[in-house]
This record gives sequence, structure tokens and C-alpha cells, in this order.
Amino acid sequence: MVERPHQQPSQQQPSDSQSTVISGRHCLTDEVRHQFPILHQQVHGQPLVYLDNAATTQKPNAVLQALDHYYRCDNANVHRGVHALSERATWAMESARDTIQQFINAASREEVVFVRGTTEGINLVAHGVAESILQPGDEIVISAMEHHSNIVPWQLVCQRTQAVLKVIPILPSGELDLEAYQQLLSERSRLVAISHISNALGTINPVAKIISIAHDHGIPVLVDGAQAVAHTPVDVQALDCDFYVFSGHKVYGPTGIGVLYGKQVWLDRFPPYQGGGEMIRRVSFDHTEFNTLPYKFEAGTPAIAEAVGLGAALQWFSHYRQHSLWEHEATLLYQLQAQLKTLSGVTIIGNAKEKTAVCSFTVAGIHPHDLGTLLDHCGIAVRAGHHCAMPVMDFFNVPATVRASLAIYNTTEDIARLIKGLEQSMEFWQ
Amino acid sequence: MNPELKQLYQELIMDHGRQPRNFHKLSPCTHVQQADNPLCGDQLTLYLDIKNGVVQDIAFQGHGCAISMASTSMMTQAIKGKSVEAALTLFKQFHELIMSGESSENMGRLIVLSGVKAFPMRVKCATLAWHALEHVLSANDGQAITTEY
Repeated sequence: MVERPHQQPSQQQPSDSQSTVISGRHCLTDEVRHQFPILHQQVHGQPLVYLDNAATTQKPNAVLQALDHYYRCDNANVHRGVHALSERATWAMESARDTIQQFINAASREEVVFVRGTTEGINLVAHGVAESILQPGDEIVISAMEHHSNIVPWQLVCQRTQAVLKVIPILPSGELDLEAYQQLLSERSRLVAISHISNALGTINPVAKIISIAHDHGIPVLVDGAQAVAHTPVDVQALDCDFYVFSGHKVYGPTGIGVLYGKQVWLDRFPPYQGGGEMIRRVSFDHTEFNTLPYKFEAGTPAIAEAVGLGAALQWFSHYRQHSLWEHEATLLYQLQAQLKTLSGVTIIGNAKEKTAVCSFTVAGIHPHDLGTLLDHCGIAVRAGHHCAMPVMDFFNVPATVRASLAIYNTTEDIARLIKGLEQSMEFWQ
Repeated sequence: MNPELKQLYQELIMDHGRQPRNFHKLSPCTHVQQADNPLCGDQLTLYLDIKNGVVQDIAFQGHGCAISMASTSMMTQAIKGKSVEAALTLFKQFHELIMSGESSENMGRLIVLSGVKAFPMRVKCATLAWHALEHVLSANDGQAITTEY
């Protein structure tokens, strides 16, 4: 833990009354929704129903206030000045790092690197693997379920190093083909990069098993946790993953900030990702000595306010991150899927046994893009498109889907509104 | 559903969206142009047969939303038989219609697509095929086109 300066910014916590009523679903959503000012607005004359949480979540007052407080009271550059504001800004940012460490249960704060988001985290690891491990003919293993951000960095690395990309196939259920995965691993496999939860299908992948199998072959594993952190417990030590990456904005935090967790043994081995200030210890024109972890990977002035905001988001979310929340989201997903199945022409894409918070579907005769516009006019925000997962769309032979994705503040009423909106859209389309 | 939506999805657009005209491969032809919208996954292939400075025939294949299918379908009808010069003029007029709502006299039925102006997120759906057309008629290098510039 870093030492606190004398003037501490006030941490925004849910009040006791809020944290004691979370056992009941009704109370949970009522109390939670109250903390999200953006939800209380009308869109096209209808109360907003926000079901695009897999793209980004909304921000609670705790985060908005933390950002506001930082800029009003503490703003300065970090790790540089000796003045009070710099001390406070440094404390605020490093406290956020401690919060993140606790949130994902990392062994040490040095293993928590601030990045812009999941995409930059994966690119950082790809760069490190390319520079320190990969030889021509080596293999990187990903899956057919990945977001483009966990495909393209590896393609670029493979092009540069003449390594080969291997892809774990998916099954029609929307689950990974684990038998094929085991057969795919070889003596040339150097890394497995896999999503924890699919952003397009909602599938929860058995990452602990995937990691254990890879480790049996001595292969490290990167887990893309972008969709997971807000919807399932994450314990990087229990998973024993070598890298875990996620974005702040998908877990109620600000955009522009994310986290790369990496086991120290790997981060020590990797060369710096970018050069600049902060990541150095001593610079001359002959030689530069790099800073220690995690600063070796944090060149330049970081996104300080956003890091502070992410810390506030995770502290806030930690009060709700328990069984009743997972149950709440599972119940909503069950209701959503059950009611979708009663509508004619609706096909749900991805029917994994272990699935959460995301439901992709198509409606016969209406292109997802048109449906997205029609639902928007009912005040309902969903995503229509390929969800940056074109290979998944290809596998299911659809150009695009409509995706409704859930968060802590969604309600049974939201599901009912979506179903009604779909019925109205279908009627309009007749 | 509100009047803006009715304006967007007019009868003629729904008709062309469901049953696009000139929806087939053109063989032989002088130009083939791919057009992708990477944001929504729309993919179109435009076939043109240009001889003596005139678009003798034009057709397309692919998939997309009702707006992009209708816009492409109506474009093929409007362009067929036009000189390259006249086709380029129509492209500019159509672009103006979608972006600013200003219509020219000879827009004909294309005017029904003017409702797209009220939906900024859908402008690319309506203009994808038109950009592909313009690309063929002016640059003519056969490179793939996207709506991302």
C-alpha cells in the first residue's frame, strides 16, 4: 500500500442503508438505479431502457463524484512534484491500483499495470511475447469466439515473427470445442489467448480448465476479461492465469483506462512496450535504465483521473459483487431468453450451458440494423452488428445480430419493454 | 411508432428492401466493385457494364439492412442507361439529399430516401452503394471500398 497524504479525498461509498438491502432483487435494482443519473431520462419520448452494457456500462454517482473531486481538488501530475497536489494525485492513483489488486486478488500491486483498455493490454502482451519468446514456426492459440481485439494483435505478431496462429473451433451450442483445443496444443505452442466471457454469445468459457491444460504443457495463458469483470467473480491467483486484461468502462468505470494483470515473472521478462517518461530510472544518451514494475510499462503521464475513477468504480461495485447480483443477472437472462422464444421468427444465437448477461438474436425478415433503429424509437438501446466478432458471425452464418446485454441496474421491467418493443417493431415491419 | 420512422421506412423503401431490383450477378461486365460497411457488416458487390461512356447495365448482390438494400436497388434503376457524367452528377445530388436534405429536380423516386437525414447513424447505410458507384466511375482502379474514410 502507498502511504496516504494528510489530505485524503473522500471515498464515495454506498451508504449502509444501500448495502444492507441487496438481498432482495426489488431493493437491489431500486437502490442501484437511483445511483445512475443517466438512466433517468427519456429517449424518443419513452423512458430509457439501456441494454447495451456489453459495449459500455453506465457510471454510478460514486464514479462521477470521484472524477469531479479529482479535477476540482487534487489534479496534478503523478510521481513527479513534491507539492501537495502531486502527492494527493499520486496517492489517489496508487490507491486505485491497490483497489484493483484486491478486486482481482493479484499477488502484488507491481503486477497491476494501467493501460488504456483491454485492447492495449493485449497489444502490450503480444509485443512482449513477440520480442522475448516467439521464433519462426512457434504457435499462438486463440479461439473462434474472440473479439477482434484478441485476434488482430496476434495476427500482426505472427506476421512479424513468422509464428503461426491456431484457432480453437466453437461448437453449434456456442461453446468452445475443448477436445479440439487439447489436440491443437503442440510443442510449438507459446501462448493461449482466450476470452473469459464471449461478448457476442455470452458464453462463460471454462478458463480454469483451459489454463490448467495449457500449464500441463508449460504454456502461459492470457485471459481477455473485458466482458467478465462485471458479471462473474475474478480471482487471478485461483485461476492461475499468466495475464488477465480488462477495460474500466465495462465495469462501471471511465473510458480510457484498463488493467493488465501479469505474473511478475513474465512482466520482468518482457521489454518495455513504449519509451518515455515515468518508465525510466536513469537516462543518458548511451544507456537507459528502466523503471521497476509496474512503471516500466507506464510511459508518459497516465490517465490519472480515469484510474482514480476506475478505483472508485471497483470499490463501489465490490459492495454489490456477491451471489445475489449474479443471481439477479442470471434471472434476467433466463426471463429474456424465455420470452424471446415465445416470439415467432426469433432465433437466439449462442446457447451455451454456462452463459451470462449477453443475449444475441436475430428476427426473421428484419435486418438487425433496422431492428436497432426501431427499438431505439421505443427508447430501447441495444447493439446491432457483428460485435467486433466477425468470425463468430461467419460460424453462425449470420451477417449480424441484435444483442441485448445486461447490467446490475437492469430490471424485469426492462425485459418486458424490450419484448414489447420487439412486438411493435415486428408489427410495424409487416 | 412515430412519424419519423414512417418517413424513414416508406412503402417504396420497404418494397425495394424486401425485393431488390437488379439483384443478380452481371456477366459479362466491365467493372466489379466490392463495398463493405465494417460497422454493421453490410457487404455489397456492384456489377457495371460500361461501354462508350454509358452505363449499359448495372446489378448487385450482397446483404444489408432495408435502407442499404433499397438504396442500392433504386440506384441501379436510376443509373441504368445513364452516361458516366450524368451518373456522377446524380451521385453528387443524392449525397446532397442525404446529407443536407436538399433535393434536385431530377431525383425522381430517390427522394423517398431523404428521410435518412434524420437518422445520422443510418446515413452510411444509404450511401454505401453510391460511394462504390462513384469509386468505379471516377477512380476506376477496382480497389475495395468501405464507408470509412
